[in-house]
Amino acid sequence: MATPLESVRDERLPSSSSTSFPSSTSSSSRLFPGAWAIFAKEVRTELRTRELLVTTAVFTLVVVFMFSFSFDPTSAESRRFGPGLLWIAFLFAGTLMLEPSFLREQANDTLAALRLAPIDPYAILLGKTLANFLFLIITEALLLPVFSVFYNVSLLPALPGLALVCVLGTLGIVVPGTIFSAVTAHARMRELLLPLLLLPVLAPILIAATESTAALLSESPEWPAVGLKLLAGADIIFLTVAYFLFEALLEE
Amino acid sequence: MSLNRTLWLVATLLAAVWMAAAGYAIFFVAPDESTMHLIQRIFYIHVASAWTAGVAFFVVALAGVLYLIKRDPRYDWAGIAGAETALAFTTVVLVTGPIWAKPIWGIWWTWDPRLTSTFVLWLMYIAYLLIRTLVDDQQRRAVLCAVYGIFAFADVPLVFMAIRWWRGQHPSPVIAGAQPGSGLDPTMKAVLFFTWGATLILYAVLMRQRYRLEALRGEIDMLRQRAEDSEVAPASTRSDGGGSRPLVASKG
Repeated sequence: MATPLESVRDERLPSSSSTSFPSSTSSSSRLFPGAWAIFAKEVRTELRTRELLVTTAVFTLVVVFMFSFSFDPTSAESRRFGPGLLWIAFLFAGTLMLEPSFLREQANDTLAALRLAPIDPYAILLGKTLANFLFLIITEALLLPVFSVFYNVSLLPALPGLALVCVLGTLGIVVPGTIFSAVTAHARMRELLLPLLLLPVLAPILIAATESTAALLSESPEWPAVGLKLLAGADIIFLTVAYFLFEALLEE
Repeated sequence: MSLNRTLWLVATLLAAVWMAAAGYAIFFVAPDESTMHLIQRIFYIHVASAWTAGVAFFVVALAGVLYLIKRDPRYDWAGIAGAETALAFTTVVLVTGPIWAKPIWGIWWTWDPRLTSTFVLWLMYIAYLLIRTLVDDQQRRAVLCAVYGIFAFADVPLVFMAIRWWRGQHPSPVIAGAQPGSGLDPTMKAVLFFTWGATLILYAVLMRQRYRLEALRGEIDMLRQRAEDSEVAPASTRSDGGGSRPLVASKG
């Protein structure tokens, strides 16, 4: 069975003379296969190395434990502070996880190869973003039950709303995160620079996700319509900005 | 050159005189506010600086967009000049605010939409200026700064919205979007706009000076680069006299 990456390489032969720069209409049809190939490559790399998910999951666990040392929370207090804690943990996990996203490509200079591939440049962005999205969602799915048990907060009644908040919030984290990961790959001290750039930009996501989660988990739960709207709005804005910027980034 | 220099000298002098005149107007022309008295006079500097910071903020984002479209280093220089001056004015806003708030609200700081979004903006400028020191390659640095400036521009309204839904304490607008019944005394308004004029011309002078510094730095970098290139390769292999930038950055 040919892997998706190989099939992409095969398609390249007939059109190898054409440049693969954006807006060449012939390549736009390859957006989804290309994105899928990159997504599959990311997942495969992760399954083989298992470094990203394990490290991040353990990191979020440590955050949750440190929280209990610093606050000694009772159940009522966990309801109040828990959502903030959860989203701070997710945000840190996201910045940790996004940093290697493009750094990995540097070791063997494979980003140049990705750029030369006759796929839509947005396929790179889309594939990487989807992979980061999946990894962060998995981390969240692992942490939520642990949080529920240790802090005695029942998540089950709020699960559908919580899932929606997680999906929208995670999208809001990984879209700017993937872009910044791409542009900071060449910076000195990028491990520090990425969180520094990313965390202020993610402030609206943190606020809206925390408030929505708090509304869902409170004693008298409410549907966080405003928070969800804000998350969705932020996602759309980030996606639009990312869409317009990425074309410029790849020429670099 | 010399006309340029004369113009600049005139503008600098004008900024100094106008600023002094604004100081006079704030203390001796503007009427006393009926409840807040003396401390209210900080309002003129505070609001004028905030508006000027807003202008500078827009300039940074615009410079980013223009850079990504045209790839002319001059837009990068305008971006850094704008960001640094914007940081100065934002700092003035963040310092004068609490000085007013302590006697009036009884607290130095509150996590109100305007305060928080100004603070996030301030953090973003610091991050923007850190990029300058952490990315060596001129083109990559320019792209990263442009991207960040644009993201920051899209993000700050979101921060503002996010916090406005949940908390708010800052005084309501008295100029644009003022409620009926609220408003500003005509003399006060005149003094405010006069002070804004002073800060705007100060901004223009600072911006121009910083731009010139960056342009000189860019020129030195270019000359140094050309000297290095000519040491490595004989003159005949140099492509175009170093005037135009390469389309694809060399990989380090």
